[in-house]
Amino acid sequence: MTETGGSGPLSVPYREREESISVGTLEHPIVGSEDYDDRETELLTINLGPHHPATHGVLRLLCTLEGETVHDITPIIGYVHTGIEKSCEDQEYWKAITFVERMDYLAYYFNSYAYCSSVERLLDVDVPPRAQYLRVIHMELNRIASHLFWLATASLDIGAITMLWWGLRERDLVLDLFEMSSGQRLHTRYFQVGGVFEDIPPGWEAKCRSFLKTMPSRIDQYEALLDKNEIWLQRMKHTGTVPLEKLLELGVTGPLLRAAGEPWDLRKAMPYCSYEHFDFKVPVGTVGDNYDRYRVRLAEIRESLAIVEQGLDGLPEGAFITGDRKIALPPRHELATSMEALIHHFKLVTEGFRVPPGEAYSAIESPRGELGCYVLADGSAKPSRVHMRDPSFVNLQSLKRMGENSLIADFIACIAMLDPILGGIDR
Amino acid sequence: MPDATGLELVAQRVRDAVHEEAVVGTSFAYDSATLVVAPERTRDVLEHLSRSDEEPYEHLMSLHGCDYLPEEPRLGVHYQLMSMGRRERIAVKTRLTTEDPRLPTVTDLFPTADFQEREVYDFFGVVFEGHPDPRRILMPEDYEGYPQRRDFPMGGEPVLFTHNEHKLPRWYD
Repeated sequence: MTETGGSGPLSVPYREREESISVGTLEHPIVGSEDYDDRETELLTINLGPHHPATHGVLRLLCTLEGETVHDITPIIGYVHTGIEKSCEDQEYWKAITFVERMDYLAYYFNSYAYCSSVERLLDVDVPPRAQYLRVIHMELNRIASHLFWLATASLDIGAITMLWWGLRERDLVLDLFEMSSGQRLHTRYFQVGGVFEDIPPGWEAKCRSFLKTMPSRIDQYEALLDKNEIWLQRMKHTGTVPLEKLLELGVTGPLLRAAGEPWDLRKAMPYCSYEHFDFKVPVGTVGDNYDRYRVRLAEIRESLAIVEQGLDGLPEGAFITGDRKIALPPRHELATSMEALIHHFKLVTEGFRVPPGEAYSAIESPRGELGCYVLADGSAKPSRVHMRDPSFVNLQSLKRMGENSLIADFIACIAMLDPILGGIDR
Repeated sequence: MPDATGLELVAQRVRDAVHEEAVVGTSFAYDSATLVVAPERTRDVLEHLSRSDEEPYEHLMSLHGCDYLPEEPRLGVHYQLMSMGRRERIAVKTRLTTEDPRLPTVTDLFPTADFQEREVYDFFGVVFEGHPDPRRILMPEDYEGYPQRRDFPMGGEPVLFTHNEHKLPRWYD
């Protein structure tokens, strides 16, 4: 750097100091600096990530910048590829649930449901109504937790640190419920092939209802904090807009698609797990900018609360897992008195159950879009192929369209609003 | 979902429009319809089903590969098509041998297939001809072998650290 004379460099305002430097007269001139205009249009390629807090994981983005404007984005992924799909091929069907849950680590109930429903289709097993309702309740609670975590971290990227603490505070309430029903806060392995692991314990419903009572006022607080914030609105509105046709071409699903005005929600369009019994709305946006994405997700939290409440109100009595002893473990108390139950228990734990040859693909609406699970069975007790169509993986392709020709700061907001989960992308 | 009869009608329309031998077979199982097509006709069938069929399936929701070892031809590539208007799905499946697995790309029909075709190439070695960026996507670019094939061994891959890196040069040979 050259000295600028006068009364020392620090007393001269920054902008003046910067402008006083002529790159052409430097001791080692910057290549191409003879033409001043050329320096203005020079393209700069930088790596954003893999280790960058705004990438929500280990996402590497090769960005071509012109000044502060993003020209091109190439996502490079695979940094947390752990071969979960391959590992599943070496596990019995019921053990693979543990693996698939670790893909999209914020939506573990959805992963295990997608996998279990595929296996259930192959086995042609009926899931009791109570199990279906318990699944819906837990999936919707998981959707709330996932959206809250997204809201907390996305706001942090924009600089709203209060929202981080508030979002995580309420998410913890949901995790407390998970801990009570399954013993785990994360990766609960609550869903089993044929039903759920255990019935909800006494007191769970009351605790859940108190959460449902608290939550709406908390969402009001988030809205009061963010929707009246000048900075938030300026960062969100009219940034990252992608036309609806482009999103459909790119296979984008979930809140990103709904924010652009397409009311596509698999829970409504192709109901599964008795979602047809529930009354809820599908929030949609209008223009498809980052603000709409934020509003749609916030509205989805409210709808999920309504679904959980209806689920608790209408929770049917009965079994929480299928009575088919070839698939589901017998109740613990039978083991002491029934030889047959003991044999079933032994066979299931040591060998697992066999699934007749076939292949099935079943898709559900995860917090990020269509989560599909393809299972190929070869007749043995281990799946021959498990493939997850992860919504983050497919949605990531739209990032280039969202961030093109925007400022790099807006591009960071786009990554946040995309809500990519790298565990799901890389699997 | 088209039912078993509907699937046959779709298959017949594809045969009429694309080629007599484009559809190798159909299967209707677990409430889902699958059209088995000849690999060299895959792109034409998908183009017909998504664009010009009287009941089109406009969207490609998922694309995945699988290995049917010990059956022959071993590899399979599945295209999960969906119609948002009619809320129907249909799967298009094609079978390939491991000797020279090649398929025409569908990235021009469905831009969403970009990452997914790269993933199938990465894990099964299926080459999608005409793909704009035919590189590995999740495995390292210098990786050898196609790890999701059924004959690719599980485990056995040493974890490389700086202390053992020089002892294991080209461990995979």
